[in-house]
Amino acid sequence: MTAPLLEVRNLRVEFPTRRGTLTALHDVSLTIQPGEVLGMVGESGAGKSMTGAAIIGLIEPPGRIAGGQVLLGGRRIDNLPYDQMRHVRGRQIGAIFQDPLTTLNPLYTVGRQLVETITTHLPLNPAQARARAIEWLELVGIPAASQRIDSYPHEFSGGMRQRVVIALALCAEPRLIIADEPTTALDVSIQAQVIALLKRLAREKGTAMLLVTHDMGVIAETADRVAVMYAGRIIEIGPVRQIVKHPRHPYTEGLMASIPPLDRRVERLAAIEGSMPRLSAIPPGCAYNPRCPKVFGRCLTERPELLDAGTTQAACWLHADG
Amino acid sequence: MLEAQDLARYFDVSRPALQRLLAREPRRTLRAVDGVSFAIPKGQTLSLVGESGCGKSTVARLVVGLYPPSDGAVVFDGQPLSVARADPAQRQRMQMIFQDPYASLNPRWRVRDIIAEPIRAFKLVEGKEAILARVGELLTQVGLAPADGEKFPHEFSGGQRQRISIARALSSNPEFLVCDEPTSALDVSVQAQILNLMKELQSRLGLTFLFISHNLSVVRQVSDRVGVMYLGRIVEQAPAETLFTAPRHPYTRALMEAIPDLEMTGRARTPVGGEVPSPINPPSGCAFHPRCPLANARCKAERPVALAAGESLVACHAVEEGRG
Repeated sequence: MTAPLLEVRNLRVEFPTRRGTLTALHDVSLTIQPGEVLGMVGESGAGKSMTGAAIIGLIEPPGRIAGGQVLLGGRRIDNLPYDQMRHVRGRQIGAIFQDPLTTLNPLYTVGRQLVETITTHLPLNPAQARARAIEWLELVGIPAASQRIDSYPHEFSGGMRQRVVIALALCAEPRLIIADEPTTALDVSIQAQVIALLKRLAREKGTAMLLVTHDMGVIAETADRVAVMYAGRIIEIGPVRQIVKHPRHPYTEGLMASIPPLDRRVERLAAIEGSMPRLSAIPPGCAYNPRCPKVFGRCLTERPELLDAGTTQAACWLHADG
Repeated sequence: MLEAQDLARYFDVSRPALQRLLAREPRRTLRAVDGVSFAIPKGQTLSLVGESGCGKSTVARLVVGLYPPSDGAVVFDGQPLSVARADPAQRQRMQMIFQDPYASLNPRWRVRDIIAEPIRAFKLVEGKEAILARVGELLTQVGLAPADGEKFPHEFSGGQRQRISIARALSSNPEFLVCDEPTSALDVSVQAQILNLMKELQSRLGLTFLFISHNLSVVRQVSDRVGVMYLGRIVEQAPAETLFTAPRHPYTRALMEAIPDLEMTGRARTPVGGEVPSPINPPSGCAFHPRCPLANARCKAERPVALAAGESLVACHAVEEGRG
């Protein structure tokens, strides 16, 4: 196994509030190899987006990284001063967010935004940068790129705008992309186009990707490995096929079973009763125990770490004997 | 129970009169819904699916009378909607559930007041005690506790709020419910709870649903009949089973093809190219022709009408000519 491109070790993110400190992320550890796509799923509030934000150092204050390390290519980046981190972002790590409307500056043409990013991070003069920007727009599938480069973001449709955002994230040729719900705001036919594009670019350029989404279908099609998050922790991690087909954690099982199937009608969907606990009211023991159909004594008092569960790693006492 | 006859709704999106005059521009209209017909028998669910901007939410609003139609008519239980709307006894028979449970509940009202409002408005139950008892009953019916009535909406999660919306909709004893994307704002495990609840209530109370969604898998679970909308028109309408096992219209097929595959068969998908065109300036002929793999000269020139094929209605020249 080659050295991982990204390594996150025991990451902990805290939010101080008037009623005490809330811990949004507990002990999150993961690695991503060059060229690999790691999917991250979970329900809203599970901490998926927070993980992405922590890696690129964009946690909204008063939130802060309270423990753990983030290493990119073996070098720590979680403790870099703001100025140095700015160069890591963009040059080394590209970010794609959910809403393509708010990511782009509405006052500048897309060309100006691309050229600015390229000249900031790559040793090119403005003319070369513009040529490079046109190449990127062509690569992400924008028709008549050499004319469209002088358009403003509002002149593009949602799907086209998200393509511009992808071009913007990739144009400095980063080694890692953090894609936070890149297709959620898009219609299903456009979503398919954007997923295909992301997959192709990651493969061609050997870029690693952390793909954060709540859509299991997108993960199944795109990711190599999957991390499932619940209440601020990774509760299962493993190869995508195993997670989708043979999940080992009862939460992952419930999550997979509650997805309505497209190919048949079922009388009653398998829902997970209740909802995810708030950060301020996480139960003792395993955070999933109030909703878990397989709960037993130990789950109520002791919190399981990630345990070897055969094909995946699952934080569940059912796998305590390996 | 409910019938839409050639329903249409146009919006005037012209620039202000003076600017228009100076630039010598004509008026511009957006045809959000352009000739939609369907009928929902009692106790059944009709779903409308389509991508954003196809007009499905506008249809929902037309059906409950939140917009007056520009053309065509809605017939509710044998009488025109405008007549039914004027009569409180008829009006209380239809209710609507909205997409966003964070925006559709008044944050400053207690849940019991939110649910009791239709009861008070229609004077269904008289007396404080009796109203409270009815609210408790409704809360139990949607899987909450009567004591939850004392709380405010912010104390509930998204799924619980959607249950409150359902309880409010049920409070006037409606027979017909319009659900506009009722689970789109919810997580998948909670979505399953709400879908189960809706199906259960339907069989228990004999409700009729018009269900609006962009999610084909959700639609498959709840519908008896499905209409697929594209740019303000229904391009294919069929019994749910038929539509999902044997889709006819190229757009329906493209939509199904585009859904990410959870079964991981590894089949190579060919995503449909292009995007939904603007309804202000729709393409000539069949609105889908610029993206359609089967389009020919006739599709560019002539707008297809919906033709019956078995229990289905399909508006496509290629299907009609057997080119599909």
